[in-house]
Amino acid sequence: MYSAIVFLPLLGFLIVGLFGRALGNKASEYITSGFLVIAALLSWVAFFSVGIGSGPAVQYNILSWIQSGNLDINWAIRVDTLTVVMLVVVNSVSALVHVYSIGYMHHDPDRPRFFAYLSLFTFAMLALVTSDNLLQMFFGWEGVGLASYLLIGFWFKKPSANAAAIKAFVVNRVGDFGFILGIAGVFVIFGSTDFNSIFSTAGAIAQGQTPVLEFLGYSLDPDTALTVVCLLLFMGAMGKSAQFMLHTWLPDAMEGPTPVSALIHAATMVTAGVFMVARLSPIFELSPTALTFVTLIGGTTAIFAATVGCVQNDIKRVIAYSTCSQLGYMFVALGVGAYSVGIFHLFTHAFFKALLFLGAGSVIHAVSDEQDMRKMGGLRKHIPYTYWTMVIGTLALTGFGIPFIYIYGIPLGTAGFISKDAIIEAAYVGQNAFAGYAFWMTVFAAFLTSFYSWRLVFMTFFGKPKASADVMSHVHESPWVMVVPLLILAMGAVFAGPVFKTFFAGDAYDAFWKGALFTSDANHILHEMHNVPKWVIASPFVMMVLGFIVAWVFYISKPDMPKALAARHDVLYRFLLNKWYFDELYNFLFVRPAFKIGRFLWKSGDGSVIDGFGPDGVAARVQQVTARVVKLQSGYIYHYAFAMLIGVAFFITWSMFAGGGAL
Amino acid sequence: MSDWSILSITTFLPLVGVFFIMLVRGDDEEAKTNIRRVALITTCFTFVISLFIWGGFTYENPGFQMVEKHDWLGGAFSYHMGVDGISMLFVILTTFLMPFCILASWTSVDKRVKEYMIAFLVLETLMIGVFCALDLVLFYVFFEAGLIPMFLIIGVWGGPRRVYASYKFFLYTLTGSVLMLIAIMAMYWQAGTLDIPTLMTYNFPAGMQTWLWLAFFASFAVKMPMWPVHTWLPDAHVEAPTAGSVVLAAILLKMGGYGFLRFSLPMFPLASEFFTPFVFTLSVVAIIYTSLVALAQEDIKKLIAYSSVAHMGYVTMGIFAANAQGIQGALFQMLSHGIVSAALFLCVGVIYDRMHTRQISAYGGLVNNMPKYAVAFMIFTMANVGLPGTSGFVGEFLTLIGVFRVNTWVALFAATGVILSAAYALFLYRRVVFGVLDKESLKSMLDLSRREKVILVPLVVLTIFFGFYPMPVLDVTQASVDALITHYEAAVEAGVNAGQQAAAVVQ
Repeated sequence: MYSAIVFLPLLGFLIVGLFGRALGNKASEYITSGFLVIAALLSWVAFFSVGIGSGPAVQYNILSWIQSGNLDINWAIRVDTLTVVMLVVVNSVSALVHVYSIGYMHHDPDRPRFFAYLSLFTFAMLALVTSDNLLQMFFGWEGVGLASYLLIGFWFKKPSANAAAIKAFVVNRVGDFGFILGIAGVFVIFGSTDFNSIFSTAGAIAQGQTPVLEFLGYSLDPDTALTVVCLLLFMGAMGKSAQFMLHTWLPDAMEGPTPVSALIHAATMVTAGVFMVARLSPIFELSPTALTFVTLIGGTTAIFAATVGCVQNDIKRVIAYSTCSQLGYMFVALGVGAYSVGIFHLFTHAFFKALLFLGAGSVIHAVSDEQDMRKMGGLRKHIPYTYWTMVIGTLALTGFGIPFIYIYGIPLGTAGFISKDAIIEAAYVGQNAFAGYAFWMTVFAAFLTSFYSWRLVFMTFFGKPKASADVMSHVHESPWVMVVPLLILAMGAVFAGPVFKTFFAGDAYDAFWKGALFTSDANHILHEMHNVPKWVIASPFVMMVLGFIVAWVFYISKPDMPKALAARHDVLYRFLLNKWYFDELYNFLFVRPAFKIGRFLWKSGDGSVIDGFGPDGVAARVQQVTARVVKLQSGYIYHYAFAMLIGVAFFITWSMFAGGGAL
Repeated sequence: MSDWSILSITTFLPLVGVFFIMLVRGDDEEAKTNIRRVALITTCFTFVISLFIWGGFTYENPGFQMVEKHDWLGGAFSYHMGVDGISMLFVILTTFLMPFCILASWTSVDKRVKEYMIAFLVLETLMIGVFCALDLVLFYVFFEAGLIPMFLIIGVWGGPRRVYASYKFFLYTLTGSVLMLIAIMAMYWQAGTLDIPTLMTYNFPAGMQTWLWLAFFASFAVKMPMWPVHTWLPDAHVEAPTAGSVVLAAILLKMGGYGFLRFSLPMFPLASEFFTPFVFTLSVVAIIYTSLVALAQEDIKKLIAYSSVAHMGYVTMGIFAANAQGIQGALFQMLSHGIVSAALFLCVGVIYDRMHTRQISAYGGLVNNMPKYAVAFMIFTMANVGLPGTSGFVGEFLTLIGVFRVNTWVALFAATGVILSAAYALFLYRRVVFGVLDKESLKSMLDLSRREKVILVPLVVLTIFFGFYPMPVLDVTQASVDALITHYEAAVEAGVNAGQQAAAVVQ
């Protein structure tokens, strides 16, 4: 069954990728979507069997991959609770996005290619989450990167899409630079890249005293070595999950079709970094320093992306920055050691963020491919299903719920209310140096989240229509094939939190995870977070309400205020609008110098120095010398006679002084 | 198996084709077609025969197999042929790629077809000979003689600056080779034999190893090519006809790496150990420097040529890491690069045949009317980038692991190649394939013809197959590589001990 879950999307990709043109559009759509729906249903079966039920964790080899010396890597499938959670997320969202795309991409001539890419992506993502060793994880990791590259650049005629695709791939590769060195480090320390052998020996190795890794000239004892390896691996996670400093590709990735943004750049691929840290919890848990760094980056990303999200005008970019920010939340949870809480937020976030993106797609679809929110407004009545599902998604994202009220022990609120507030509580009780920082950052980011989310809703659906009359006359609700996925996701956005809380951060934790996540004996965070002061529990709620009120004032009751405010704080506004100038900085520091240095090395290094002193130089010298030799041949007899005479005189003199005996 | 001299048959079979081509009279279209057919049949047949080498190969045996030995010139030299796990796959690679070279030249070479095909078939014989020869003189003859047909292929059938390029190629490689010839003489006077298996176990004095190593290094570094003696390669590639570029990138470059494994490591282990930091430095410089240079290129072939230099940096780095992952990775990287770079040059050939320019700026938006071509080119680009699931990844990863175990600084710098290769390869792909098709001259370009599909599809299949299942290659090389490492480490150990004893005696 697990093989079927993983390989059905691959089969879909191969069939449609190779024979898409012959099959036609309809057949291509039905084949890929059909396979994905089957895979999604099977994933839920697996979830109930391995996770909630008592089915065994499974792991089996398919084929050997690389064997060299003591390195032995297999293609293998590993299914435990962490895997089934990811299977459910990936396949459910992917299946819904496939179905939704049948409607959304209706006008596109290249639909077989689009669906083939979507299925390829899903396969790579499944290979990632079912991997049993680091290298297979890297395979999936790069595979989703490739699919993301292809899908961002799907409309290859747009120069901006091509640029965004390359940017996404290359920035991810910066992270992979760390990831691959981390894999090498793990191999040197543990002698294997298989999760079982890493996890079973990690504790013993951390106890040791002798150096286990030579790194950049230093002999590292086990603690430092594990920290170094964890940080290198985390660099990969930062790239894939668009964390602070390696985030620049994610907003640009919105150039891709909207279903792609929902699937790849919200629900699944970007959470791969979170999954990786959770999967490797047995080694991250041994390195408090690495976890502290994870907390720092997570907290910073949460606040940074939220500030930028507040001033963007492109509807998709707002949601993209929101994704970035929410990923920061997840890393905060991981950083303070509440791995299951991070995964919980990943789980709920997948539903409501996919919902928001698909809703945004529905809006864009309705207003003739316009993405600028300043040209929308007043759409509430025209597209009611989209409006209501978007509101549900926004409520879930902002964490709407009533604190302190429980029904049968279940808190009353949407998915985001439960999982996000759990992160904030975990940050409050977290032990490491940046936990306090992360707590305040996430609380304040909750305010910004609420503000920019409601801003989006108000600008899009309320107020007077700002689109041209021509566009407004075409506004229409999306077809059912797009609306039904929205409704299903809306259900998830509301209920995924309350229903599943007990497994991720409640009493059923041990029975559910069965050791798939590792926590050290000193890590009691899941217990402590239930005993936080009341004001901590109330704070995100207060922030959420405040954000809503400010957004209401700015965009409904006094629509002139934002402009006045922006004019008064011009510098700050432009700083935020230009995303803290990261793109400009990187262009200045890396991109342009790389091209300049390349050109310099080519023209001066290769051309002037190496060739100049090498072959061309030698050739020129030879020509010079021969030119002079040629001049000696004047053709006048008396020149030659004179030279001969001098020569004879010289030899005679030499032989006389040298002892005469020679003659 | 070995009693029917399979290595000699494979090596000299192309010369039989040469004989038949010589019989063809006239130079009308029919004669040209006949010549092409003869060449194609010969190379295909040679490939089939060479598969028997793989078939009869014993994986567990680390030594030479299918050995043939006959005295030559009164016993001072011998005609000694044989293959082991290190060389066998290079023979297969050579015979495998030659039919593609002939097919790629099918329409693009239209003048002096007879001479062209003869040059290629002779070149094939010489290249196979290099990988099979087990006598130093025999090796040297094959190694050097291979220059001549290549020189002619570039110089006669090349582009506008072909004369400059072919002289540069010739001078560089010949300078290196002269030093190697002197070293070979010195080895003969010291050891009294030129038999390679014997020399591999002969202990040269430590001081002499240094000089011999340097002399051999000069030759192999140029062939590889390593920075800073790489500048002949971009010029040669740019001017060479497509098939010439394929042979150059896929096979001739591999002779350098093969030489390091066959001579430098086993025969001069102490010197190899001594010079390891030096080689590491050059490799790392090659990876970063040429990747950056590749980023700035305006000519498609030059860009791929520079990326070849960068990839060869991984090879040298892996070889001198001198552990199982490093050397097997280097071997795999060479074979994979043989397939991938050949395919990339063939891809360039496809559009060059239509447009007769290699300027990147002359292209753009090809995906609109050449979707099949775009897919093939994408797969090879990704293999060049080293995406897992393509053959390019396995070698890159293994060499990185190998060198990480030895020197993390080198691994750190080499890993930047992961970023840079993505940048230059995707940037190239974007400028050539993506975008709007707005150049009038490109609008009439047709997608892959049947002949071009026959060329590219097998390479696509192999690239992906070896990405997912590289074991056929790794299994073949394992025993020989293990034996090489054991020998190398024992020799280095003994050298260290001898050094300590000498120091003790002095005290």
